[in-house]
Amino acid sequence: MSVTDQKPIPKRPSSFWSYANPVKFLAFSERVMPALWWLAGICLLVGLVWGFFFTPDDFRQGSTVKIIYLHVPSALMAINAWFMMLVASLIWIIRRHHVSALAAKAAAPVGVVMTVIALVTGAIWGQPMWGTWWAWDPRLTSFLILFLFYLGYIALWEAIEDPDTAADLTSVLCLVGSVFAVLSRYAVNFWNQGLHQGASLSLDKEENVADVFYFPLLVAIAGFVLLFLVLVLYRTGTEIRLRRTRALMAREART
Amino acid sequence: MKALLRRDLALALRAGGGFGLGLAFFLIVTVLVPFGVGPQSELLSRIAPGILWLGALLACLLSLDRLLALDWEDGTLDLLATSPLPLEAALLVKALAHWITTGLPLVLAAPLLGVLLNLPASGYLWLVVSLALGTPALSVIGTFGAALTVGVKRGGLLMSLLVLPLYVPTLIFGAEVARRGATGMATETPLLMLAGITLGVIALMPFASAAALRVNLR
Repeated sequence: MSVTDQKPIPKRPSSFWSYANPVKFLAFSERVMPALWWLAGICLLVGLVWGFFFTPDDFRQGSTVKIIYLHVPSALMAINAWFMMLVASLIWIIRRHHVSALAAKAAAPVGVVMTVIALVTGAIWGQPMWGTWWAWDPRLTSFLILFLFYLGYIALWEAIEDPDTAADLTSVLCLVGSVFAVLSRYAVNFWNQGLHQGASLSLDKEENVADVFYFPLLVAIAGFVLLFLVLVLYRTGTEIRLRRTRALMAREART
Repeated sequence: MKALLRRDLALALRAGGGFGLGLAFFLIVTVLVPFGVGPQSELLSRIAPGILWLGALLACLLSLDRLLALDWEDGTLDLLATSPLPLEAALLVKALAHWITTGLPLVLAAPLLGVLLNLPASGYLWLVVSLALGTPALSVIGTFGAALTVGVKRGGLLMSLLVLPLYVPTLIFGAEVARRGATGMATETPLLMLAGITLGVIALMPFASAAALRVNLR
């Protein structure tokens, strides 16, 4: 993989790529982060409180239906976090922006936590509803496989010392892993029929969840998206500073 | 390419344990399973296709860290990277050599071990067919894992963590062919899927492996 020439940063301050500069990225992320923290907190609070206390119990599922406000958003973010890592890895491979590689690295642990939340809340819901904590259902199984992919990705980051090599290798792994994750999803579908219900939030279907549950769910999802964004920004900032500190210490050790 | 293949095969043969180790591991896994689940022949014959597939997969995995590590240590990989042969082709040849020394013996030994597990008579043909079709994919995917972790000291465990999730589709369709064959069901669909995965992986995976290896050789 050849190192391409760094393109000169465009003068237009509005360009998205100007944030590939770590200083600009940090300045920007620090300006928006307080607002994002507040927004995420408010959305989560409103969505969860509204969902938990001000919606009726489902007439068949009782109050267990309310776990949907944690389960659906976290599952959504678990997949989207991987997707974000894929995009960031592509940007790193193509344009060699360090911030992008660090953002992918920063997103992985958040994605893992989202996956675990989705799996655990699903198990807690499944116990009274399906009568089992775990079933080898396609959706559940592919989530478990996604979890394994996250673990491998993080382990590879940890194992390699040179940061640029690690970024390259994990990017390649992320690309290959994405293909195989999709492949596994369909293979698993073939392997076992499902217990999990179908999509309940699609825009073009009749069988969505009822409106009472729908709106607080949307707010909760917005909260999770914002939370993910702010966590990734925060962790990326930490990674940038960590790398800077290491560079400074290396410089000091040399003199 | 032929010279590289001949060299890899000769090395695997003469260094000892090339053929034998994977096979012995396969045998041991198959022997241990009845100890774990009990000797009822009915149960064993039902799970035999899956066990044999898993055993073959693990035996494949076991031999992967030798695939590139030795050549990495003595600098052969650097020579290969600078040779006129594209690195993609070199890695494909290495995967082929790995398949001949590991996958092929497993395919040939699987029917014998099927006897141990009381595999139904109709299952032997499909077991061999599915393994013959699926193990090349295991070797090629494994080469990618080996290329990713070749620079990591004691990367064996890490490689398992990276490679095993990638084996999922192959395992699902391969074991499905063997299982359906053993119970006398139609095997065509999973067989086609398995063949598709193997061919797709052979066509595309060397590029990813070579990219990873180039990073490691940098």
